[in-house]
Amino acid sequence: MIEAELSRSVQRWCPGATGVTGAAKLSGGASQETWRFDIVHPDGAIGAILRRSPKGYGAAPTRAAGLAAEAQLMQLAYEAGVPSPRVMHVLAPEDDLGTGFIMQRVEGETIARKILRDDAFAAARPLLARQIGGVLAGLHRLPQDRLPVLRSRNATQEIGEFERDYRSLNWPKPVFELALRWLRDHDPGPSAEETLVHGDFRNGNLIIGADGVRAVLDWELAHLGDPMEDLGWVCVNSWRFGEIDKPVGGFGSREELFAGYEAAGRKVDPLRVKFWEVMGTLRWGIMCGGMMQRFRESPDHSMERAMIGRRASETEIDLLRLLAPRGS
Amino acid sequence: MQDEPTPIELTKSVADFLRNDITPLISGHQAFKLRVAINILDLVTRQLTQEEGGDAAEVERLRALLGTDGSVSELNRVLAERIAKGELDLATPGLAEHLWQTTMDKLAVDQPNYASYKRELGR
Repeated sequence: MIEAELSRSVQRWCPGATGVTGAAKLSGGASQETWRFDIVHPDGAIGAILRRSPKGYGAAPTRAAGLAAEAQLMQLAYEAGVPSPRVMHVLAPEDDLGTGFIMQRVEGETIARKILRDDAFAAARPLLARQIGGVLAGLHRLPQDRLPVLRSRNATQEIGEFERDYRSLNWPKPVFELALRWLRDHDPGPSAEETLVHGDFRNGNLIIGADGVRAVLDWELAHLGDPMEDLGWVCVNSWRFGEIDKPVGGFGSREELFAGYEAAGRKVDPLRVKFWEVMGTLRWGIMCGGMMQRFRESPDHSMERAMIGRRASETEIDLLRLLAPRGS
Repeated sequence: MQDEPTPIELTKSVADFLRNDITPLISGHQAFKLRVAINILDLVTRQLTQEEGGDAAEVERLRALLGTDGSVSELNRVLAERIAKGELDLATPGLAEHLWQTTMDKLAVDQPNYASYKRELGR
C-alpha cells in the first residue's frame, strides 16, 4: 500500500509530520501516476500531490523532459512568482516510491468544461485571457542559467518531426498534407530569442480558482524554443471546448492575451503566433492518429483511445477554417 | 443478400438498450466507459447510414480533380501525394471545395456536435 511508503517518506523530510492519510490515485498510465494525499501534521493536514513513475518505469518518452526536470521547472516558476505548486520533495531511492516528486496541493479546478460553464468561475472567466498573457510572459522570462537540461526545437525542426510522425502512421490525409505545405511555406525560421517554452500550456493544464490562474501544471513537454509557440498552442481550437469565438482557451480574445503579455514587458509577434496555432492544430491531429495506432497495436483495446482516433477530423475542419476559410 | 434486420437496425438496438436500460444501473468510471461505448455504437450507426453515399460522391470529385480512377482510399492516397509534391494547392480549382465537402461528411459521422462543424453547417 502506497500510504506506508509515503508515511515513511514524509517523516524524513517534513518536520513534525507523523504520516499520511487519504491517498487516492487521480490519474495514471503505465509509466506515470498522479496521487493526492494529506500529510498528517500537528499544525493541521497539509494537502499534497505525488507525481511519479513507478519502480521499473524510469525511462521517459523521447519528447518528455522527465519528472526531475519537471520538478525543477515548477520550483523555479514558484520562486519567480509564476503560479505554480511548491515542490516539497524530490523522490530519492530510500523513499522506495520510484522516481518523481511531491508537491503542495493547490485547490481549484482543472476540468476545462467546468471552468468554462460553472458559476463559480463566472467572475474569473473574463479576466483569464489577459491573465494568461502575464503568466506566459513570466514563464518565458525564467532565468535560463537555472533551467534543467532541455531539448531545443525551432519551427523547422518541429515541422520535420511532425511530418515524420505523420508519415509513420501511413494514414494519408490530404488536409494534413496541405497544412504541412502551408507550414513549410510560412516557416518563420529560428526565433531571434530562444526561451523556455512550456509546450502544453492550455485550458485543461491550469488550476483555476474564483480569482483566476492558480497554477500551471504538466511541464513534461517543456523545451527551449520560440516563446510564441506557447501563445499559439493556447489558442488551438481543440482547447476552446466549444467556445470557438474565444480563441484563448475559450476565455477571451487574442488581443487580451497579447495585451497581458506586453503589459508584462514582452513583445508579441502575431504572425508567429498564427504559425504555431496552425502547427498546434496539426500536432493534436497527428496525436489523435497516434492514439489510433496505439489502440490497434496495444493489447488493451481501449475504447477511449479508439474514439480519440476519430477526433482527427476535428483538427481537419479547424485547419480548413484557418487555411481556407469560407465566406461568412 | 443477407437477411434483415440490417446492421444499422441491429447496432441501433444495442445502443438504445445500453442507453435506456443499463445506464441507470452503472456509476463511476464504468459509467464513463459505458458512455464511450454508446458513443461508439452511435458513430457506427451514422457511418453505416452515410458512408456509401458520401464515398460515392467523394470518388466522383476525386476522379474529376485527379483525372484518374481507383477506390476511395487509393484516390485519397494519390491526392495526398500530389498535395505533398506541390502539384495541387488551394489555387487549384475545386480543391478547397472538395476538401471542405469531404471534411464536412467526416464530421457528420465522427463528431456532429463539434462546434466548428455546427458553425460551418450554417454557412
